[in-house]
Amino acid sequence: MSLIEITEVRKSFGTTEVLKGINLDVEAGEVIAIIGRSGSGKSTLLRCINGLETITDGSISVAGAQLLDDEVHLRALRLKVGMIFQQFNLFPHLTAGGNVMLSQTVVKKTPKAEAAATARKMLERVGLGHKFDAYPDELSGGQQQRVAIARALAMQPSALLCDEITSALDPELVAEVLAVVRELAAEGMTLLMVTHEMKFARDVCSRVVFMHQGRVHEIGRPEEVFANPQTAELKQFLGVN
Amino acid sequence: MSTFTDWDIVRNLLLAARWTVLLSLIAFFCGTLVTLPLLMVRLGRWRWPQRFVSAYAALFQGTPLLMQLFLAFFGLGLFGIDVSAWLAAGLALTLWSAAFLAEIWRGCVEAVARGQWEASASLGMGRLQQMRYVILPQALRVAIPPTVGFSVQIVKGTALTSIIGFVELSKAGTVVTNATFQPFTVYGLVALIYFALCWPLSKSSQILERKLNVAHRNH
Repeated sequence: MSLIEITEVRKSFGTTEVLKGINLDVEAGEVIAIIGRSGSGKSTLLRCINGLETITDGSISVAGAQLLDDEVHLRALRLKVGMIFQQFNLFPHLTAGGNVMLSQTVVKKTPKAEAAATARKMLERVGLGHKFDAYPDELSGGQQQRVAIARALAMQPSALLCDEITSALDPELVAEVLAVVRELAAEGMTLLMVTHEMKFARDVCSRVVFMHQGRVHEIGRPEEVFANPQTAELKQFLGVN
Repeated sequence: MSTFTDWDIVRNLLLAARWTVLLSLIAFFCGTLVTLPLLMVRLGRWRWPQRFVSAYAALFQGTPLLMQLFLAFFGLGLFGIDVSAWLAAGLALTLWSAAFLAEIWRGCVEAVARGQWEASASLGMGRLQQMRYVILPQALRVAIPPTVGFSVQIVKGTALTSIIGFVELSKAGTVVTNATFQPFTVYGLVALIYFALCWPLSKSSQILERKLNVAHRNH
């Protein structure tokens, strides 16, 4: 059984169908890059996996937790899969440490001292151990995104979803975030990332998914997908002829 | 015939101001108590109760407070309930405050970015946990200026209860004027006392805002 199983997933917003039957199985430890034009449904797919969007048809499961539209199932699913957002979405009223501690103490009922220790460890893992007491607006974009990664990791998820996590960053800050992701990948974390960083996708990912008009248009190992695109749409997207 | 000294004027007005303060407090705190369940409904997922609450808010926001006071005072009497000025004033002001506070606070909760809901949901928090630990702490900060602003409206709104015979500051002003024939002095003093009540409220809002922002504005 695969870690993430996406079967015939359809999603409509009103009368517009944005996902038209997606099938994708992700094994534990895989790093998947989802690429494609804006509007191709890649972010929507990611948001469906942890139930931020409800699906119209099909099924999704992560490490045995089914996506069902009730709070108990959603919570079980979300404990298996963390999410990192383009806009960081740190809690502005809490320090970096507080951000990483909150869900541990609230959701998992971890004692405060233990949660703080985990938070410190996770912040150190993303190179921000010294920023434990800093508020989000005292941190750079790259640092904020790394805190967001630490926050997700503190819940010990089986997989991480990354929704264009470097798109809101200044160019010089992209590298520090990607370095953290690269390290996670090397440690065997399962990652699904929507990204525009083609070089990164080529270097780090085990498979690349090209989405086009709500379908998985092409899928394969990065060296194949990038060097030898099969379809006209992917060729055009990659700018090769 | 007894004469009114200046001190008598001030003393009578200050004594009456107690009731203005008490009525304001009742309106604000009872209004808050009524608002909380309304707010839960408004932010919840059930359609029909939501419509009821927004209709309630529209009704009380769309009619003059004076009419509400009349209706509470005379209307309940029609059902054979003996309504004192106290009860009518307290009831009308409570319901009136709740209608405004519910909408003010709903706006503050909705002002919190959607990403905060999504991030906390992604971490496995339930709806109440999201509210308690992520949304409300942020909404509270936004809520202070409009809430204090509205509490000033409540203090001034209590003046209308003089019409149904509730003896608070304004009513006392009229009574004392009738006894002294010094309307300018008396109403000037009445205005001063209102100002002394309202200005510190506004000022405290500024101080609170600054205090709550400290952690986030120090760089």
